[in-house]
Amino acid sequence: MTRGTQFLGATGRSVAEALGAIGRFVGFALSSLGWILRPPFYPRELAMQLMQIGWLSLPVVGLTALFTGGALALQIYAGSARFSAEFAVPSITAIGMVRELGPVLGGLMVAARVASSIAAEIGTMKVSEQIDALRTLAVEPMQYLTVPRIVAATLAMPVLVAVGDAVGILGGYAVGVSRLGFDGPTYLRNTLDFLEFWDIGSGLVKGAVFGFLVALSGCYFGIHSGRGAQGVGEATKSAVVMASILILSANYLLTEAFFSA
Amino acid sequence: MIQGTDLHKSFGAKQVLRGVSFSVAQGESLVVIGGSGTGKSVLLKCLLGLERADRGHVKVAGLDNPRPQVLAQKVGMLFQGAALFDSLPVWQNVSFRLMRGAERLDKKAAHALAVEKLARVGLGPETADLFPAELSGGMQKRVGLARAIAGDPPVLFFDEPTAGLDPIMAAVINALIREVVSELGATAVTITHDMRTVKEVGDTVAMLHEGRFYWQGAATDALKSADPVLRQFTQGRTEGPIPTLR
Repeated sequence: MTRGTQFLGATGRSVAEALGAIGRFVGFALSSLGWILRPPFYPRELAMQLMQIGWLSLPVVGLTALFTGGALALQIYAGSARFSAEFAVPSITAIGMVRELGPVLGGLMVAARVASSIAAEIGTMKVSEQIDALRTLAVEPMQYLTVPRIVAATLAMPVLVAVGDAVGILGGYAVGVSRLGFDGPTYLRNTLDFLEFWDIGSGLVKGAVFGFLVALSGCYFGIHSGRGAQGVGEATKSAVVMASILILSANYLLTEAFFSA
Repeated sequence: MIQGTDLHKSFGAKQVLRGVSFSVAQGESLVVIGGSGTGKSVLLKCLLGLERADRGHVKVAGLDNPRPQVLAQKVGMLFQGAALFDSLPVWQNVSFRLMRGAERLDKKAAHALAVEKLARVGLGPETADLFPAELSGGMQKRVGLARAIAGDPPVLFFDEPTAGLDPIMAAVINALIREVVSELGATAVTITHDMRTVKEVGDTVAMLHEGRFYWQGAATDALKSADPVLRQFTQGRTEGPIPTLR
C-alpha cells in the first residue's frame, strides 16, 4: 500500500468516526427530548438539580459578570475616547453584556462547573453499577438522571444570564462612576435609554440554549463514560470541551439568526 | 422459574457466551462459578435484561426475554459493590422502587418498610438515616441485600456477594442470603468465586468455562468432583487445564 493510500484510508476512518460520534450525540439529544414528555416525572430530582445548577452557580456567574462589566467599560472608554464618543460607554457596555458577554461567559462558566460535575457524577454511577441498579429497580436512567438535569439547566440558565447581565451592568457602572468620571444618574439613564427588549430577550434565549447544551454534554459523556478513574476523568474533560465548543458555535448561529441584517 | 437456552453473547471479536443453557426450578438456589473474565457477570446481565443476548432465549419468572423495568417487581438484585445511590439516605435506597413504582409508598410507609428490611439484615434503625458513604463495605452489602428483598421478590440474583469482605463478614452475608432465600421461598442465582458461598448458598452449581456451562450438579458433588477442570478451580490450584494467564 502506498503512503497516499494509507493517508486516505486513515483520513477516511477519522472522518467516519467523527461523523459517527456526531450522529450518536445528536441521537442522544433527540432521545433526551423524547423522554422529557414521557411520564413518570421526577419533580424532586428536578428541584435538586435547579438548586445545584441554578442557585449554586450564582456566585461564579455573578463574579464573572461583575469583573467583565468593569473591564468592558474600561475598554470601551479607551476605544471611544479616540473618536470623542465617551458618552457611548454606558449603552455599549450594557448592550455588550446582555447580548453577548452575559450569556456566553455565563454559559462557559456554567459549562466548567456543571458539565464537569454532571459527567463525573453520572460516570461514577455507571462505573459503580448504579445505572444498572436503577434499571433493575424499574427506573429509566434517561428519565431519572438526564431529563431533570437538562430541564433544570435549560430553566436555570436564563435566570443566571439575567442576574449576570444586571451584575455586569453594575460592574460597568461602578467603574464608569468611580474611575472614568461619569455622573451616576446619567450613566444609568444612558444605559436604560438605549437598551431594547430584544437585546435582553435574545440573551435569555441564548442562555436557555446554552443551558440545554451544557447539561446534554454532561449527561452524554457521563452515560458513555469508560471504566475506572481514567474513564470518568476522560468523560469529564470531554463534557467541558464539548459544552464549550457547542456554546461558542451556537452563539454565532443564534447571533446570525437574531441580528443579521 | 429461570431458564436460559443457547445463550450467545460477543463483544466485538470476543465471544463471551457460546451457547449457555440451564434451568433453575422454583425455590432452587443455583451458584455459578468460573474464572475471572469467563462471562459470569455477562450471563447475569443477560438474565436481568441489562444486556441483550446475541442469540438464545431467556425466561425469568414467566417472562420471555424481559426488559429490566418489566422484571423489577419480580426480581431483587444484589450488585457486587452494592451499587447504592450516594445521594440518597439508606432508607430511600432500600425503598427506592417501592416509592417510585406501582406501589407509590409515601415517605412514612417507605421509611417503616426500610427499617423493617434493615432489621432483617441485622442493621438497626439508626442506620436508616445514614448515607452510603458513611457505611462500611459489609454494611453496604447488607443494605444492598435489604434493597433486593424490599419487595419480597420471587427471584433473587447475587453478583459476587462476598467480594471485598473479610472472612467473618463474608460468612455473615452468606448466612443472610441463605436465610432470606429460604424465608421468601425464592429462586436464586448467585455468581461467585468464593467456595464458601458455594457450600453455604448453593443447592446446585454450574461452572462457566470457555463460554459454556462445563459442569452442572449438586453443590456437594462439585466440591468432591474428580473432574480436573472443576477440581483445579474449586481447590484454587495453579497447575491444571485452566490457564493462569487469561
